[in-house]
Amino acid sequence: MNPRNILLFAFVAALIVIEGMTASWNTALGILNMGLISAILALGVNMQWGYAGLFNVGVVGFVALGGLAPVLVATPPVTEVWTGGGAYRLILGLLFGVAVIALAIALNKRLAGRNRAVALLVVLIGGFFLFRAVFDPAVEVVEAFKPATYSNIGGLGLPVLLAWPVGGILAAGAAWVIGKTALGLRSDYLAIATLGIGEIIIAVMKNEDWLARGVKNVISIPRPVPYEVDLQADPGFVEWAAGFGVDPVTASTIVVKLLYAGLFTVVLLALIWASQMALNSPWGRMMRAIRDNETAAEAMGKDVTRRHLQVFILGSAVCGLAGAMIVTLDSQLTPGTYNPLRFTFLVWVMVIVGGSGNNWGAVLGGFLIWYLWIKVEPWGNQLMDLITSGMAEGALKSHLKDSAAHMRLLTMGLVLLLVLRFSPRGLIPER
Amino acid sequence: MDLLNAIVALLNFVVIPATSYGAQLALGALGVTLIYGILRFSNFAHGDTMAFGTAMVILVTWAMQAMGIHLGPLPTALLALPFGIALTAALVLGTDRAVYRFYRRQKAAPVILVIVSMGVMFIMNGVTRFIIGVDEIRFDDGARFLINAGDFKAATGLAEGLAFRSTQALTIVTAVIVVAALFWFLNKTRTGKSMRAYSDNEDLALLSGINPERVVAVTWIIAAGLATIAGTLYGLDKSFKAFNYFQLLLPIFASAIVGGLGSPLGAIAGGFLIAFSEVGFTYAWKKVATYVLPESLAPDGLAQLLSTDYKFAVSFAILIVVLLFKPTGLFKGKSV
Amino acid sequence: MSGKDNPYKDDRGNKDRSITRPGGGEMDFPKKGGSAKPAPGGPFLAAENMTGGYGAADILHDCTLTVDKGQIAVIVGPNGAGKSTAMKAVFGMLALRGGHVKLDGEDITALSPQDRVAKGMGFVPQTNNVFPSMTVEENLEMGAFLRHDDFARTMDQVYDLFPILKDKRRQAAGELSGGQRQQVAVGRALMTQPKLLMLDEPTAGVSPIVMDELFDRIIEVARTGISILMVEQNARQALEIADRGYVLVQGANRYTDTGQALLADPEVRRTFLGG
Repeated sequence: MNPRNILLFAFVAALIVIEGMTASWNTALGILNMGLISAILALGVNMQWGYAGLFNVGVVGFVALGGLAPVLVATPPVTEVWTGGGAYRLILGLLFGVAVIALAIALNKRLAGRNRAVALLVVLIGGFFLFRAVFDPAVEVVEAFKPATYSNIGGLGLPVLLAWPVGGILAAGAAWVIGKTALGLRSDYLAIATLGIGEIIIAVMKNEDWLARGVKNVISIPRPVPYEVDLQADPGFVEWAAGFGVDPVTASTIVVKLLYAGLFTVVLLALIWASQMALNSPWGRMMRAIRDNETAAEAMGKDVTRRHLQVFILGSAVCGLAGAMIVTLDSQLTPGTYNPLRFTFLVWVMVIVGGSGNNWGAVLGGFLIWYLWIKVEPWGNQLMDLITSGMAEGALKSHLKDSAAHMRLLTMGLVLLLVLRFSPRGLIPER
Repeated sequence: MDLLNAIVALLNFVVIPATSYGAQLALGALGVTLIYGILRFSNFAHGDTMAFGTAMVILVTWAMQAMGIHLGPLPTALLALPFGIALTAALVLGTDRAVYRFYRRQKAAPVILVIVSMGVMFIMNGVTRFIIGVDEIRFDDGARFLINAGDFKAATGLAEGLAFRSTQALTIVTAVIVVAALFWFLNKTRTGKSMRAYSDNEDLALLSGINPERVVAVTWIIAAGLATIAGTLYGLDKSFKAFNYFQLLLPIFASAIVGGLGSPLGAIAGGFLIAFSEVGFTYAWKKVATYVLPESLAPDGLAQLLSTDYKFAVSFAILIVVLLFKPTGLFKGKSV
Repeated sequence: MSGKDNPYKDDRGNKDRSITRPGGGEMDFPKKGGSAKPAPGGPFLAAENMTGGYGAADILHDCTLTVDKGQIAVIVGPNGAGKSTAMKAVFGMLALRGGHVKLDGEDITALSPQDRVAKGMGFVPQTNNVFPSMTVEENLEMGAFLRHDDFARTMDQVYDLFPILKDKRRQAAGELSGGQRQQVAVGRALMTQPKLLMLDEPTAGVSPIVMDELFDRIIEVARTGISILMVEQNARQALEIADRGYVLVQGANRYTDTGQALLADPEVRRTFLGG
């Protein structure tokens, strides 16, 4: 960390502090919390793009998959669908589906020519219909149970913090499948593969009600920190807040946000520490050697595809972890909000603006871009008010005012293009 | 009779919708493949170029309708199309001048251009929303149907109706004309050949006196034209919504890649392959099956392979299968 | 392709074919170059005292190459002698620190390669010298891209010179054999009706029989009044057909004479022709 970088971080910190002093500490801490998560996301994408040049445009999918973890881990189990047998049958169906695919892959390796095509078709088509025969009735049973509150298999009722690593593991599993397929091909097709899988994961989460209620959303997921109302009801807390001269309602929201911020900071610091260690280890040096000259690395006996697969899985796991953290922070899962612009391309802006290949850069980019993302909208409103202040009331004026919300995307694009053009290595360059 | 009914049902629910959707995808994929062939990167802003072009067409359509200009049974949008293309071409040429040209001069790595196109995507997305908003817009006017289901039933005495919407017919006819014109241009004209030459071997094209900036400009104009036409046809057929166009990026990329990136023929084949599999896998085959199969074999359920929400999954699965067996796509993608 | 010096070229090792297409050009785009100045007298092509290189270090040192009208000049020399660089310097693909290039009574030192093509230079690169997905005929048409007159006669002349190309004119150039591809490449360069044809190792990678045939064709081209400047690895065979031979060593002229005289020179034979 040289003085310039410290100054950059201090600048972002100042932005958040100013927000707290001029607007409210509540929004400032809100920005800080999502900034911390954004930094983690950016770290994940930076591992893939920065260390290995892997182009992941399905970040949103991994985030969504990670978001599934708090539901599956922390929500109370819906015992009725398990005792009724529906859920078991459903799991059985899924296992059967996996078995069919495994068989198909095995056949694909063993057989050749015409036999292979026929065998694959039979296994896949037959398997598909058998899978549906087992799976569909089970889904119906599960989804029929109290659709207004449940209609899903529920969770395990475990502490929600456990869901964070689970979110990472879920994303890592998906990344393993994608990486195995897309990186193993003669030429690499990772971008389109991730773009596709991202959409598919979101489609599954929106439509499979048995899993996490689909677009009906899962609300009130347990949190790792106390609830505001409980704090407000605690006389000790009220007294403590009064000591600062703050009313209990404001104090409770701020304390909760601070607790979240503490948890997220611990995770972020741990990740930075781990990635810096990894980057400076023999493994990291090898990754850089591969990136700078793949042919030479290959000639020296390095298994490039395997290393790429490794780093792709690691990066995706970090994205999944961040996804689980987002859902925990919101304490709800709303699959409809997973927009690729917001969760894939915005993260890319963070990484590029921060500095590809530099962990501190990714973190800085995460904070800065998230701050802009939040602030540009009110700024756009003010700008539009200014522009339209002299205008007569009418369609144009109201259209311009309504359009202020879209300034966000415009600004993000502009920031990305300006940084790419004038500071292509980002704010904190790699070396 | 049952067989005829089955054929009509098949035409009505699978062949016609898939053909018009396929034509729209093919036009979109052609634009992507042209940019890939000549500028050497996949343009993430293509979906938003389509959205912008369609928004322009819609605005001009509204202006024409306000002035009382109509095209009889055809949608007014058809008359607005040239204006929309011109405005979109102006936008992409301006973008090229302000953004892409610098990187071209730097001989930037193609993947950097991909990231640049992400930035352009954000901006175009914002601009389109700024201009026309995020709401769903229908802008088709003129005759609704070329063949009306009720009339068809009355005329043929079949139980199944055949509806052929005029927007679908228009899509197919326009696509055929545009594709024919594009192929004629690329294979027969001096400019078209110079584009292929540039895509084949940049340095040799420069040595032959081909002006790269001209090739690039023509490419952008054609891509803008294809995007606007594809977007307008899609919007006429379904409806216009900025975000949907952004999401079309996946099936369009899938079409272009399945066909073999850089190959125009491949883009067309890919578009139809993706469209037919999407519709085929998500159509409830019960109706057709009950006509064809004996009663004892008739399916109880809808005989739908996948819910329509998974149509993206279908395009993606097709893509992976093709790539596993033919890594360069169906039509060995190499050059324009 | 590391981006140590140019961050815009840093692809971080990405080779994702679903979003990027490799194999872009290396040449700079044509800039508005200077103009040609009349410089009457001297040989048809006079590239004199050329000094320059790509980076800070010079590759060419006071190198001079001249060709008279309708003559064949051959540049030979050991690997790394700067033969191809000298050729590129003549063609304007290398910035010169000193020296000048004159063609047909005009000083063209300030012109870009594209402008030199218009002035009557034809250049056949050593590799990647055809448009592989285009047909033979289209390749020739692209060679004539700068011409606005009817080039059908030139095309017939090329087909007369290389009859095999006429048979294969509807075939994609990328599908042809190595020797046939070289013929397409030469034919493409001839389509501009150049006054000077420059060939960079035209026989690289072709069989001896094809090589002899190519040399025969090159002699035929020279007989029509086109000057030839070529770089050759097969020094002995090339010098046999050369009116003028240049032996380059470390970017400087070592021996200059007629082809026959160089072949007869025991010193040249011993050092460069392997006895």
